[in-house]
Amino acid sequence: MSIWEYANPVKFMRTSGAVLPWVAAAAAVCTVAGLVWGFLTPQDYKQGSTVKIIFLHVPAALMAINIWLMMLVTSLIWLVRRHHVSALAAKAAAPVGAVMTLIALITGAIWGQPMWGTWWEWDPRLTSFLILFLFYLGYMALWGAVENPDSAADLTGVLCLVGSVFALLSRYAVNFWNQGLHQGASLSMAPGERMSAVYRYPLYLTMAGFFLLFLALLLVRTRTEIRRRRLAALLARENRA
Amino acid sequence: MKALLIRDLRLATRAGGGFGLALAFFLIVCTLVPFGVGPEGGQLSRIAPGILWVGALLSCLLSLDRIFALDFEDGSLDLLATAPLPLEGTVAIKAFAHWLVTGLPLALSAPVFGLLLHLPGPAYPWLVASLMLGTPALSMLGAFGAAVTVGLRRGGLLMSLLVLPLYVPTLIFGAEAVRRGAAGADPVTPLVFLAAITLATLALAPFAAAAALRVNLR
Repeated sequence: MSIWEYANPVKFMRTSGAVLPWVAAAAAVCTVAGLVWGFLTPQDYKQGSTVKIIFLHVPAALMAINIWLMMLVTSLIWLVRRHHVSALAAKAAAPVGAVMTLIALITGAIWGQPMWGTWWEWDPRLTSFLILFLFYLGYMALWGAVENPDSAADLTGVLCLVGSVFALLSRYAVNFWNQGLHQGASLSMAPGERMSAVYRYPLYLTMAGFFLLFLALLLVRTRTEIRRRRLAALLARENRA
Repeated sequence: MKALLIRDLRLATRAGGGFGLALAFFLIVCTLVPFGVGPEGGQLSRIAPGILWVGALLSCLLSLDRIFALDFEDGSLDLLATAPLPLEGTVAIKAFAHWLVTGLPLALSAPVFGLLLHLPGPAYPWLVASLMLGTPALSMLGAFGAAVTVGLRRGGLLMSLLVLPLYVPTLIFGAEAVRRGAAGADPVTPLVFLAAITLATLALAPFAAAAALRVNLR
């Protein structure tokens, strides 16, 4: 099995159609079970019940960054090898990534209000997430604005490459500009700062759940894009006849 | 290359070229801010470094779509693309011309606008230095944004959505250098970072912009 076989949309549609129900079911099971388990965890001695927001916040933030990375890789594959399904997958992933970024920002604000006493703080992590959200918006707007699908894929691909460099640059530039309020890594493996197992295992489960959820949404949206492309081709043929 | 530079400069400075528009816009921004935040000198001098940098960034944005749009419409961009000069070189020259007519006048006249906003005395040399170092990156990144959106109807609004997030690192280091200058601290560290961003942008962005132009000219 190689990814080049799936440049053929027929092959991609057959395989993804077979895999999709299983992925969707696994995503539902992991997300629901993880969130329910997380909801039933004991209250933190300092944060009280607000600690439970972590089961939404951390997986969403994790996916927000990783979806952009996935778009970077798929854009590169399209630019180098003209793999059409890859370009459509990048297009399909962007709105999911934007929503994940938004979830991370909103749950963070809801947690920050009681804990830090503010909905929003110009902290490096928060700021770079806001910038990442702007990059997602610009990327999606460019896809919507260009009419020719191949040009749109090329332009958004180039934008994704340049945007990745600058998103990373902004991430470290804001460190320079303001000191942080946000804690360091949430899943540190260092013995002293490791999260208690009570919270850690449900968190792993929701992280797996969010990843599977993204995978399911990605497959659904890529299949929709391929069908839309086919429909456009059919309509064009009808108009010519 | 020299001929192209001279042609672009002539087009920009003659009637209807929009030369000076960026400066006028910068003046308006600096006039409006005191109306918004109040005329109190202490408050103005505290926010002056940031306002001056944001104003410079917005005035730079204003004239970006002219870099390629007119040449795209009358077809001369197609000629430039088939000329022996590599498209990357064309892009760099056009960005340089844009810098000469917007970034350079902005940097040189910034002290006057600093006076309007009560910028503290020791910050003036650093204001000019940071704008001189930072605005070439703004022009080059703007050329990339203009190249991406050149074929689109109503591309201007989309271009600002694409370009402004790219300006974040430049703005952070530029404004930080002026702020440190105003506070009497050592502004060299942010200036070095600013220079690094500008140099890297000048080296790499022409390739991205030329790739986008080739797609749009296809």
